[in-house]
Amino acid sequence: MNLDSKVPKGPLADKWKSHKMDSKLINPANKRKFKIIVVGSGLAGGSAAATLSELGYQVDCFCYQDSPRRAHSIAAQGGINAAKNYQNDGDSVHRLFYDTIKGGDFRSREANVHRLAEVSTEIIDQCVAQGVPFAREYGGLLDNRSFGGAQVKRTFYARGQTGQQLLIGCYQALEKEIAKGGVTMHPRTEMLDLVVVDGQAKGIVVRNLVTGKVSSHAADAVILATGGYGNVFYLSTNAMGCNVMAAFRAHKRGAYMANPCYTQIHPTCIPVSGDYQSKLTLMSESLRNDGRIWVPKSKEDAAAIREGKKSATDIPEDERDYYLERKYPSFGNLCPRDIASRAAKECCDEGRGVASTGLGVFLDFADAIARDGEDAIRARYGNLFQMYEKISGDDPYTQPMQIYPAVHYTMGGLWVDYNLMSNLPGLHVLGEANFSDHGANRLGASALMQGLADGYFVIPSTIAVYLAKQTPGSVTTDHPEFKKTENTVKDRLKSLMEIKGNKSVDTFHRELGLLIWDKCGMARDKEGLQHALKRIPEIRQEFWTNLRIPGSANGLNVELEKAGRVADFIDFAEVLCHDALNREESCGGHFRSEHQFTEADTEVQDGTTQAGEAKRHDDQYQYVAAWEHTEPGTPPILHKEELIYEEVQPSIRSYK
Amino acid sequence: MPLLNLTLKVWRQENANTEGRIETYEAKEIPTSASFLEMIDIVNERIIKEGGEPIHFDHDCREGICGMCSMTINGVPHSKERGITTCQLHMRKFSDGDTIWIEPFRANAFPVVKDLVTDRSSFDRIIGAGGYISVRTGSAPDAHAIQIPKPDADAAFDAAACIGCGACVAACKNASAMLFVSAKASHLNHLPQGQAEKDQRVLGMVKQMDQEGFGNCTNQFECEAVCPKEISADHIAKLNRDYLTASARSSVS
Repeated sequence: MNLDSKVPKGPLADKWKSHKMDSKLINPANKRKFKIIVVGSGLAGGSAAATLSELGYQVDCFCYQDSPRRAHSIAAQGGINAAKNYQNDGDSVHRLFYDTIKGGDFRSREANVHRLAEVSTEIIDQCVAQGVPFAREYGGLLDNRSFGGAQVKRTFYARGQTGQQLLIGCYQALEKEIAKGGVTMHPRTEMLDLVVVDGQAKGIVVRNLVTGKVSSHAADAVILATGGYGNVFYLSTNAMGCNVMAAFRAHKRGAYMANPCYTQIHPTCIPVSGDYQSKLTLMSESLRNDGRIWVPKSKEDAAAIREGKKSATDIPEDERDYYLERKYPSFGNLCPRDIASRAAKECCDEGRGVASTGLGVFLDFADAIARDGEDAIRARYGNLFQMYEKISGDDPYTQPMQIYPAVHYTMGGLWVDYNLMSNLPGLHVLGEANFSDHGANRLGASALMQGLADGYFVIPSTIAVYLAKQTPGSVTTDHPEFKKTENTVKDRLKSLMEIKGNKSVDTFHRELGLLIWDKCGMARDKEGLQHALKRIPEIRQEFWTNLRIPGSANGLNVELEKAGRVADFIDFAEVLCHDALNREESCGGHFRSEHQFTEADTEVQDGTTQAGEAKRHDDQYQYVAAWEHTEPGTPPILHKEELIYEEVQPSIRSYK
Repeated sequence: MPLLNLTLKVWRQENANTEGRIETYEAKEIPTSASFLEMIDIVNERIIKEGGEPIHFDHDCREGICGMCSMTINGVPHSKERGITTCQLHMRKFSDGDTIWIEPFRANAFPVVKDLVTDRSSFDRIIGAGGYISVRTGSAPDAHAIQIPKPDADAAFDAAACIGCGACVAACKNASAMLFVSAKASHLNHLPQGQAEKDQRVLGMVKQMDQEGFGNCTNQFECEAVCPKEISADHIAKLNRDYLTASARSSVS
């Protein structure tokens, strides 16, 4: 199949404007005849549902949580980028565009990223008008801070809970539309399949998680805003319920999964402490504005710290290795996430890690406290420090934090064109669930920006491109395809319940997660990936013969919910490993140990980069890998969308 | 790492239409660095192994922000520790041999769905009754067109920190939702953008709150004591003032 990105013609900076001008409109009287399904109620789904309803469409919105306000966007701490240049420090739409393309290691689509940078400024206007309480200066104007991969201050923030404040803004808009009758909300309802009629997405099959009832919903278009697949690793910073089911069901029905190997490992999380652990907690990247990351220079000191014989404060200044400042002097502690994570792993692999497991590095605020005073640091990061203290039992005002990288975000996702429509007509994908804007690595404070850009400003306009060609209400749940899909769903639930084996869902999930973290985590190689691809079918085999789900399918049953999600994670993990195996290069969050710069490379000798950095192969891999689902037991089929750079010249990414 | 052996007394209830009861479970060899919910995970793992149905409870982010977790621990919503949610409670706060009573958030307006899971959708309906600023997407002026003095912005933020968990209701002997409603209203009423709809917001939210079956506030402030975001009961006073003026204005016009 030909993957047409449908990027509009013309100069990059004019594409979005001219696309909106050239696209068909739907008049207000006709809008109310169209029905749109939105799955997910986070920043992307919630803002899309509210805005589409304001425009006059009939919207049905679904979420698995008890309220749309609980979607995991809520947990984003640090901030949201926008090219406002309120700081007068040289920011512009073009600079935000360039930083995002470079941050993504030249693996994203130029036109999408430029549009993202353009609408970033409108997002801030919209959110302020809704009452989002962004941080302000004494003059009453908005404050900004810096995030990784940028040398300007363009990040807007609301203490350490920017995600919750933005989500509340969008949730309030959504509740307003629900009360007006424009949106019908279906909380505690999970999408279990996509209904495809004559090659077009026309509805979904869902399960009411409280009653267990399976039902069908038809619409003129379907939007998935269901987040990322980070929980395939079991331990991640995602919420416990985050899952890939909706996206993977769509994938099985024909939608291509793009670049799943681009997974983001966040450098600053609280280290793992035991095998009972259910999730990892992120410490915001904003902490790197003031915290300095280091490990002891000597293995002996590191060992003494691990054994509790020495503490961080016993290590004199000249015995500390502030490795990010040493290796990347111009970006220092604020280098991008993939680079900071790998550098931490290297130190720990060398035996210089701290924390009792040896998997930890220090994030130290002593200098910042000495410089600005404890009160100033408390005002900036008080709630984050408190969160750290609650979890670890240590006081970060007197002892440096211990941190280690953890799975945080997934850049890959369902393939979409410029209109955010997948190769399956009618199916639109927003936010983290799509692949489009972050390339191989996402910069900090850009996830919230993308979610809201897609939901508030892009889809309300681009969905009309598809709808204008549809007859509203032409497909209803009476179509036989709905009954058929419903039966598939019911059969699957029944087979899960009937396994009656001996192991819990979590046991399988943990096993899968450890395997994927080990073989397809911060560093990957051919041998490891092949091993994983051999192990995954064995895990699947045992899952489908030895799983135990207590209770019944007719009512609230969390084990059944988790089982459906883990079954899809197992299948998804294969696509992930196939993609990682196929991509014989290193870029952003995808680091293949076989492909790194060494002392023998001229780029290292002339000082352009250094040994150990990721080595891309633009001549062979400057494409989006979009995978088509095939029958179980056969590998997915690769389709390529070549990435064409007209504005930016891909180069070796340097943060030195 | 020290391990704890504990006795749990847990509320079990099949669904909203059946009677509930307290069941006893042994929680064995619990690491002190585990979170409270991870302790329940360990117990559930054993219940499943022994053929039983696990204890159902609401949870999601497990980092104290989504507001989904909701347990009453030894009689106190989110436990007696100040300023945290259930998921932020760690087992190092308990001692070996302790007995822990675990119940759902109790209120007429929060019916039990199963075990410790309750239905808090009444909060969503209160927001829909006025807890927003009407601003159509794309119609906003430049963000710097509105200057907001830092003290006002900070006061709005203090109220906006509410995570909608409902602990305030569960702690109140009258099951009043006044702390929640006042925080939500106060967030928007403190801001210049929120002035245009202020009266109808306050009247609408309070009316909906009453319809949902929440009780009245008698100023005992248990709500403030259990709030994981430590939201001040001063917001209740502000809501009462705003409600009085709004009522007066609406009766004149």
